[in-house]
Amino acid sequence: MFMNEKELIPHLFRTEYRKIISVLCKLFSIEHIESAEDIVSDTFLLAAETWGLKGLPKNPTAWLYTVAKNKALDYIKHNKIFYEKIALEINQSQTPFHELEIDWSEKNIYDSQLQMMFAICTPQISSQDQICLSLNILCGFGAEEIADAFLSNKKVIYKRLSRAKSKLRSEKMKIEMPSPPEIYKRLENVLTTLYLLYSEGYYSTSQNTTLRKDLCIEAMRLNLMLTENEHTNTPATNALLSLMCFHSSRFEARTNKNGNLILYHEQDETLWNKELIHKGEYYLGKSSQGKHVSKFHLEASIAYWHTHKNDTTEKWESILQLYNRLLQVEYSPIAALNRTYALAKANGVKNAIVEAEKLNLIDSHFYFTLLGELYTTIDKEKSKSHFLTALSLAKSMPDKQTINQKLANL
Amino acid sequence: MKEFLLIFRRNEVSEESQPSPEQIQAMMKPWQDWIGNIAAQNKLVSSGNRLASEGMVVKPNNVITNGPYVEMKEAIGGYIIVSANSIDEAAELSKDCPILKMNGNVEVRAIVPMD
Repeated sequence: MFMNEKELIPHLFRTEYRKIISVLCKLFSIEHIESAEDIVSDTFLLAAETWGLKGLPKNPTAWLYTVAKNKALDYIKHNKIFYEKIALEINQSQTPFHELEIDWSEKNIYDSQLQMMFAICTPQISSQDQICLSLNILCGFGAEEIADAFLSNKKVIYKRLSRAKSKLRSEKMKIEMPSPPEIYKRLENVLTTLYLLYSEGYYSTSQNTTLRKDLCIEAMRLNLMLTENEHTNTPATNALLSLMCFHSSRFEARTNKNGNLILYHEQDETLWNKELIHKGEYYLGKSSQGKHVSKFHLEASIAYWHTHKNDTTEKWESILQLYNRLLQVEYSPIAALNRTYALAKANGVKNAIVEAEKLNLIDSHFYFTLLGELYTTIDKEKSKSHFLTALSLAKSMPDKQTINQKLANL
Repeated sequence: MKEFLLIFRRNEVSEESQPSPEQIQAMMKPWQDWIGNIAAQNKLVSSGNRLASEGMVVKPNNVITNGPYVEMKEAIGGYIIVSANSIDEAAELSKDCPILKMNGNVEVRAIVPMD
């Protein structure tokens, strides 16, 4: 599947980084998180050097685990307090120190990752910091990559990361699965973090499309893990995964060769990924058990209707009603704007304009783009003036290009 | 922003005009669209509740009577809570309420803050 170590190492970094770090943190306890990070980074550095010179080992993943184990044992030997603590445990278990094994079983790797996810999503850490920390530990993103995805700078991200990590240490967060009632309480937080992680990738205006796609894939991988555990496999977990599948199905269709956004109704639907659409339908079906309708259910259902390219009365009426409910659960400006677009499609442009004028989102270029769009067939002058306002508010190049295109089409 | 209770009063629905499921479905849309309009302006505080038409009235001296209430021409059909800068703005939001097309009315009342 992979041609050479140039493609393999970044891939392994994304998938194995969190596994090794989770297992090590579980073994060391969270207080040693930074040492665990150093060990994993050193391991990958050595891989890059060695594999480049000598070629790939037969089993690269096993190679990484062995090297990480040796480095971990080294660390234990050189850390006096730690050594005494571990030595005590070893004496009890009668295992000689040099034979100490790290549990790389599939089960321990899986459990450790899941436990790490729940440790990060503790209510003691702010949600913005949780996302940074998740990107860093669970997805192997460096501060620079996170800054790029967030359109922020490295210093801010460093600050967030170190604040979150010192919180984990000071709270002596255990890498263990909380009790089922506690899991249930914290799951909403975990799902929200994954949702934001995914959205960060999907909606980010960063030009680095590979990075953005990676972010989405990692959020999906983590979400998939939650569906594999009986305590975390809830209807909302499935609804979120369904939403991610539907959105991801349009990945290839939503940007052109230059990385510019192609709007939904201008997309070539033959580029939509059918397999992901089917997966989305599968998880949407799984999500419909139980009585509670989460915002993920509503968003997944909206995304489901968007996989039907043709405009039908049923489609837009369904989307409108889903947005009506979504806004009652949780207001967001983007949901309000999308709802107004659906209102135009379902109840007519004139009705939508009346309601759009009341939204008053005067700082948003999306708002004026929508107004411009709604007025296109009614009043060309008004349409133009709204598009021009939108242009003056838009910050990123892709947004400006999209609006200029609309002006040109008038 | 202050909070206001919007109370919907409707005329009693007679037995013979019991709507069919399809009619109920059709009645839902204007309500959902109207509440959606308010929510889209970020002015919905609570979607409130719809009330069934049957009920009881408890009076002093252990007197309990069944509804419908002969002394009340209009029964409360439901309520929502909105936020607005003034009672005029809250009344403005009520102008499109579907109850008005059903011969009903909306009562707008400011909620007194507890603190």
